[in-house]
Amino acid sequence: MSDTRTDLTVSLWRGAEQGRYQTYSVPLRENQTVLDVVTFVQRHLDPTLSYRFACRVGVCGSCAMTVNGRPRWTCRTHVSSVAKRGRLDIGPLENLPIIKDLVTDMRPFFERWQQAKGAFVPSKTRRDAIEQIRPDSAPRIAADAAIECINCGVCYAACDTVRWNSDFLGPAALNRAWTLVNDARDAGNAERLQAVAASGGCHACHSHQSCQEHCPQALNPTASIAGLKRRTMGAYLKGDIKV
Amino acid sequence: MNVRLYVWQRLTAALMVPLVLVHVAVIFYATRQGMTAADILARTRGSIVWASLYGIFVAAAAVHASIGVHNVLTEWSPLRDRSAGIFATVFGTSLLLLGLRAVAAVVLS
Repeated sequence: MSDTRTDLTVSLWRGAEQGRYQTYSVPLRENQTVLDVVTFVQRHLDPTLSYRFACRVGVCGSCAMTVNGRPRWTCRTHVSSVAKRGRLDIGPLENLPIIKDLVTDMRPFFERWQQAKGAFVPSKTRRDAIEQIRPDSAPRIAADAAIECINCGVCYAACDTVRWNSDFLGPAALNRAWTLVNDARDAGNAERLQAVAASGGCHACHSHQSCQEHCPQALNPTASIAGLKRRTMGAYLKGDIKV
Repeated sequence: MNVRLYVWQRLTAALMVPLVLVHVAVIFYATRQGMTAADILARTRGSIVWASLYGIFVAAAAVHASIGVHNVLTEWSPLRDRSAGIFATVFGTSLLLLGLRAVAAVVLS
């Protein structure tokens, strides 16, 4: 398992917005993930390297980086599936400010969740009976299809519209809004539909589907955004929302 | 783009689909029949049908194109939403005036 066969040439982004790629030589091992490679560099070659991770098993969404030009969750990406001729280029996620090395400032990403009203608004108190939700109801099926987001930011980094339109809320925030729009227990949909129907909301999406292509959880934020477009259009035509 | 602009752009697109087909058919018909400008003007002048058809077409195209230009400017130029909106409104108004002038030239006697 731990046999060192040869070395991998790894270029890592060093610095903040102004920086450069620095090349390291890392032993290539079987079943090695991209996060293992970054960790090896930090522990054995350069302890000043900054990167972010937590769970290492694809749950927390902390370790997303740009690997050979594509945003990926590095803890679940095997080197063998992405290295080209023994080479890896690893940079911070795109469309987010770089703090240092491979660490991006995720605040713009999460601020858009707030703008899209991505927080659950309870409609009952603890003294009320628990809402009965049928798993086979259409709204629940729509919510279930989009609910497993781990907030990794891969879709945000992959999105052309985020790159071009600084007001765009982004795929993850809109996907989150769609799950709540379909949650029978939520009481915040008037404000939520208003928020996602404004300039920079769901209608700014060009349906390029990069979010769907790159999502490590195989979610389809483009479909969620299409659902929001239909729902907000209906609400607008009925006069329920104003812009 | 907000939901209001989205609705207008989709609505005008739906309106233009049959109008584009009619327009293309008219072009093919006129050229294959070898019609002269005088022949065409003889049919269009005083016609409420042609005035309505191309009048609606021009109005829909002006609205549709100006919303598209607004989107392009907000994404590809340094202009922000408001200034892009002003530019797009001027662009759409110009399209409308030029188009209606052309329609007037062929339907008014």
